[in-house]
Amino acid sequence: MEGYVVSNLLVAGLLALGIFAVWRASRSRLWRDAGRELVRRRPIALTAVGLFVLLGLMDAVAWVDPPATAAQLAAGDAIALRKPRSLLDRLFPPDFEERSYSAPLADVEFYGGRPLRHPGRHLLGTDILGRDVLHLTLKGARVALLVGGLTSLIVIPLALVFGVTAGYLGGGVDDAIFFVMSTLASIPSILLLIALVMALGRGPVQVCVALGVTGWVGFARIARGETLKLRELDYVQAARALGVSEPRIVLRHVIPNLMHLVVITFVILFSSFVLSEAVLSWLGLGIDGSWGQMIDQARNELSRDPIIVWNLAGASTGLFTLILAVNLVGDAVRDILDPRTLKERR
Amino acid sequence: MLAYLVRRLAWGAVTVLGVLLFLFLLFFLITTPDDIARKALGEKAPASVLEQWKKNHGYDKPRFWNPQHPADTMLVEHFRRMLTFDFGRSDADDVPIAERLRRGAGPSLSLQVPLFVLSLGVAIALSLLVAFFRDTYIDRSGVVLCVLAMSISSVLYIVGGQYLIGKVLRWFPISGFDPSPEVIWRFLALPVLVGLVANVGSDVRFYRTVFLEETGRDYVRTARAKGCGEGRIMLHHVLRNALIPILTQVVISIPTLFLGSVLLESFFGIPGLGSITVDAINSNDFSTLRTVVYIGSLLFILGQILTDLAYTWADPRVRLE
Repeated sequence: MEGYVVSNLLVAGLLALGIFAVWRASRSRLWRDAGRELVRRRPIALTAVGLFVLLGLMDAVAWVDPPATAAQLAAGDAIALRKPRSLLDRLFPPDFEERSYSAPLADVEFYGGRPLRHPGRHLLGTDILGRDVLHLTLKGARVALLVGGLTSLIVIPLALVFGVTAGYLGGGVDDAIFFVMSTLASIPSILLLIALVMALGRGPVQVCVALGVTGWVGFARIARGETLKLRELDYVQAARALGVSEPRIVLRHVIPNLMHLVVITFVILFSSFVLSEAVLSWLGLGIDGSWGQMIDQARNELSRDPIIVWNLAGASTGLFTLILAVNLVGDAVRDILDPRTLKERR
Repeated sequence: MLAYLVRRLAWGAVTVLGVLLFLFLLFFLITTPDDIARKALGEKAPASVLEQWKKNHGYDKPRFWNPQHPADTMLVEHFRRMLTFDFGRSDADDVPIAERLRRGAGPSLSLQVPLFVLSLGVAIALSLLVAFFRDTYIDRSGVVLCVLAMSISSVLYIVGGQYLIGKVLRWFPISGFDPSPEVIWRFLALPVLVGLVANVGSDVRFYRTVFLEETGRDYVRTARAKGCGEGRIMLHHVLRNALIPILTQVVISIPTLFLGSVLLESFFGIPGLGSITVDAINSNDFSTLRTVVYIGSLLFILGQILTDLAYTWADPRVRLE
């Protein structure tokens, strides 16, 4: 299957999952109140996060135009016209490129002064290959959401399963899982990340897997500890005395009581994954098109004379705004849902 | 206490074995010696050349099972060499790895020790100040500043710091290193400063929570009732009690100071272990990478053990049995 079709299906699946989650949460008084409180406390940050999600989704939905007419083929590049373009790409003209650097809103190229194809229309200028920086920056949102959001969406359920299994079953299973967790936790995280990416190879999936392997331990530990506590509580004992089966106890009585930790962990992992990807990009191990990679490419531009800052400015504004918004939402979520168990972690 | 120490050390040893097993999994099963040889020699290298390369670098044994000599496998060899600190030579340029790491430890320490001491001092001082003014505008704006500072990627601090201080203001050299005592500080000042600024946000926020937790305790109220000044309460009572959670954060990172900082060192041209790691990434030097990860984990596990011991020393209520 073509890459863009997979991406479209993924977006559809995620949207369905999101709508289902919101519907489920809205049926519970606790979650409804928490949601209202969050909206009341952080309206701006939530809007910002929503905008980034919208950008990411817009860039993930793509399709190929119907075959062009002969006149269009003669005017433009035939191969470029057959490439799938995302909803976000379609906000920009199809051939929105220059030959090389141009300053924001400039009419001529930065070096040489040849006239541009689209004078005065590149709001943030163009990069070394002549691509529009605003367009690249907006596209970076999809990569960031992939790295932060999708990875934690996959990792957290796995960590939950491992943590709850270890905590609930105890004995040999607990020992085995605990051993794996403490082994992974004993490797300094930046080195673990580097080793994983080097062993798995470079690429978006590999980077996400590496981030996931590095990130799951912390939450699995918390889930294990909480399960150990919950297992002994009266209502779990009562359920057991009434003859409720063990899987049902876990599903109905243990996991729902861990959901607030899941939500908090999601927010914390999100920003840590996105920031880690920036570090990996810096080491040449990152994902193509990420803000980290744009910053990495921009470091040589600062030593040019006259210097070129718009690339760096675009990417770092995107990164900073997203992380700040997520951090602000995360703080509020933590305050609302759980003032005690998870103290501010680094 | 002795029984606890023995048990703790035994668990540490088991974890070290786990780390070694994990490294074997990564660098012999997921990325096989064949892959490593091919990366070093190129895709088109003939099989005989690959075999010769593997032989030269000690990758030519069976991985798990050798019917003639059961002990003569890569698995056994990997564990034996790592545990006896016989790291062999680099995959990329045949330099002895142990020698290279030994040379890198000095520059790493000379960057990390001042950075560590300064960060700790600045973070504790600032967070005490913020906690002293809790629930005022000073506190609130402090927290906002911390969240802002935490949201900036460390990569950006490095680029920005180097550009602003090194290039525009020209206070210090942009990068480089010279170990002679008269000039070393000129090269270290900029990375230390950048590292300090990059860390201070999350540090202050963390220590502030620790201090605020303590200011709500009964003994603070008692001290206040006795007529203690707020300043004395913060510096004498709260700081002292907060040292216990701070200790766990601090002690664990002491051994890892040897590792240096991957980002700072590679960008400011300091030839420490961080730079060695980055060079290993760029030259596909898997044997060096493996060794750095192993040494890093050893130091980290050592830190964890020291933390547990420091706990008993700092908090008489904790009795480890």
